[in-house]
Amino acid sequence: MLKFLVKGILRDHHRSRFPILIVSAGVMLTVLIHCWVSGVLGEMIDTSAAFATGHVKIMSRAYAENEGQIPNDLALSGVGSLVSELNQDYPDMTWVERIKFGGLLDVPDSNGETRSQGPVMGIAVQLFSENSGEVERLNIEKSIVKGRMPRQPGEVLISDQFAEKLDVSPGDQVTLMSSTMYGGMAMQNYIVVGTISFGVVAMDRSAMIMDFTDAQIVLDMTDSAGEILGYFENNIYSDERARRMVAAFNMKYEPDTDEFAPIMLRLGEQNGLDSMLEYISSFIGMFILIFVAAMSIVLWNAALIGGLRRYGEVGLRLAIGENKGHVYSSMLLESVFIGCVGSVIGTVIGLGISYYLQTVGFDISDSLQNVTMMIPSVFRAHVTAQAYYIGFIPGLFSTVLGTALAGIGIYRRNTARLFKELEV
Amino acid sequence: MQNSKIILTEELVKRFPVGGGYFTALNKINLSFGKGEFAGLVGPSGSGKTTLLNIIGSLDYPSEGKAIVMDQSIGDLTHRQAARLRNKYLGFIFQTYNLLPVYTVYENVEFPLLLLDTTTTERHRAVLDAVEWVGLTDKLKSRPGQLSGGESQRVAIARAMVKKPEVVLADEPTANLDAANSHHILQTMEKLNRELQTTFIFATHDEKVIQYLRRKISLEDGTVVNDENLGNEK
Ligand SMILES: Nc1ncnc2c1ncn2[C@@H]1O[C@H](COP(=O)(O)OP(=O)(O)OP(=O)(O)O)[C@@H](O)[C@H]1O
Ligand SMILES: [Mg+2]
Repeated sequence: MLKFLVKGILRDHHRSRFPILIVSAGVMLTVLIHCWVSGVLGEMIDTSAAFATGHVKIMSRAYAENEGQIPNDLALSGVGSLVSELNQDYPDMTWVERIKFGGLLDVPDSNGETRSQGPVMGIAVQLFSENSGEVERLNIEKSIVKGRMPRQPGEVLISDQFAEKLDVSPGDQVTLMSSTMYGGMAMQNYIVVGTISFGVVAMDRSAMIMDFTDAQIVLDMTDSAGEILGYFENNIYSDERARRMVAAFNMKYEPDTDEFAPIMLRLGEQNGLDSMLEYISSFIGMFILIFVAAMSIVLWNAALIGGLRRYGEVGLRLAIGENKGHVYSSMLLESVFIGCVGSVIGTVIGLGISYYLQTVGFDISDSLQNVTMMIPSVFRAHVTAQAYYIGFIPGLFSTVLGTALAGIGIYRRNTARLFKELEV
Repeated sequence: MQNSKIILTEELVKRFPVGGGYFTALNKINLSFGKGEFAGLVGPSGSGKTTLLNIIGSLDYPSEGKAIVMDQSIGDLTHRQAARLRNKYLGFIFQTYNLLPVYTVYENVEFPLLLLDTTTTERHRAVLDAVEWVGLTDKLKSRPGQLSGGESQRVAIARAMVKKPEVVLADEPTANLDAANSHHILQTMEKLNRELQTTFIFATHDEKVIQYLRRKISLEDGTVVNDENLGNEK
């Protein structure tokens, strides 16, 4: 019987072609959007984790409250013992210290007079420490446009765009003017040894990358750091584990009423990432729902028309002694088949396009000139394991629902009437 | 079998709701059919031929009275039981052939067997036999669209006969056929009736069909006005 039905579907193009086309299109879009959103979200999370939030981040309570202003006067002190404590408590995590700071970068001419200057956003990371993994994490080496990596204290990198604006080339000296942790004037000369472009909009405008220890010295921040970032093993974020860790850590410091006591924040708690993720996932959910509804209506109609065309067949099958339940369920079975075929085709095409978008990507930097969030400037799709089956949900659901609705008409009508309609 | 009568109606009444009231399509029909009959319901349009055939075929049910087919009372059957009865004992032939266009002759004839517990080899044997009875062995792989009207109706006969039913119900089987084809399929059915002892009941007003009948039941306005043995030799 199954073979018989399948033969019918394959031979009757009216029965198969249109529904399969609709289902394929819907499934393809579902897969594509899923991959696209996963890619964009994943990249946003990774970029944000690497550059700004870590998987978890520790700051002083006061610093955390005013994080946007980079208040280094409120930075954590005693970070050496805190980090070794963290390394002991969470040996499989990587903990790194960073300092962010604002300032002015001044480029002198041969007479020592200002040739050009501009506001700079400094990020000090542990460039020279092997186990910090910072160079790989921020992909610094591969992001260098001109020049080379800093090899010793006093050497820095600046954004390629910024270098162009200030007319600075590798080998030039620049002067950083900023303020120390205690409010004093900080001034220091550095050699720009390379220019860099991360492909992260906010970082590529006017950033300076320097070694963490250099920054501690110039900003008078001995044994202090603006933030300590924690990364899970293999750089794979686990929200569940992060939540547990944050709860335990903050519980431990709860009795401490000092505003300089450390506080730990999860990735999602920073920069509104949680609500953004929630927003996006509810957006996808809604999209798929609307899709299923629209596809079901179209397929319902297609099935109705198909059902009318097949009145003869239905009447005949009843006459031959098939009962109505069996006719109805065989129609549903057919729709499952069509749903599967359409879903497979749609998934294959959707995955194909997604793979293409995963390799090629989509450059959005031009439309994000003023964004300060840490988001990548090239978005790519990401083909997840889910992408292989997610399309089957709307694909199967809508065909079966469409057929079920159409079939009710046939099911309800009594045998004699169906039979009479056959006698045209 | 009860008095060897395989079909029996007692005071059978069928009413259809029309507007506010009822239209009586069949009024107190008392008929019985034995095994191997070759009988026809004859009468003008609207006399109730199709209605009676449908009730005997368990596609519709009586409003009053009884219709008993193969010892089962049609009015008391559930949908499922009625389907089972049709499946096991009854074959239908329609005016419009009702072949499934996307299937070959072979597959159309095989279809009723798919609902019964049969093996592939049994089905193969039965289909080849049935197609041979109607003389279409060379058209096994054709689609209905490629057949003439007469050939199509012969396929329909093969489909009705393939499971060797007790009764074949044929509603105006010759209405769309020319004289030569009509005679051909009637001869085919007569032969099957003789060889397999299958009961045939026709609904018709075609003189060509009436020529072949051995029993002619005349209906008028839902009542039997005449039931005569035409004495056509078996
Ligand atoms: N479902 C129905 N609802 C209302 N009236 C019906 C219904 N089915 C049949 N009738 C009426 O019952 C009467 C008998 O119909 P039936 O189809 O049995 O006639 P028939 O003898 O087969 O006619 P024909 O030779 O035209 O096929 C007709 O007047 C018809 O209008
Ligand atoms: Mg009729």
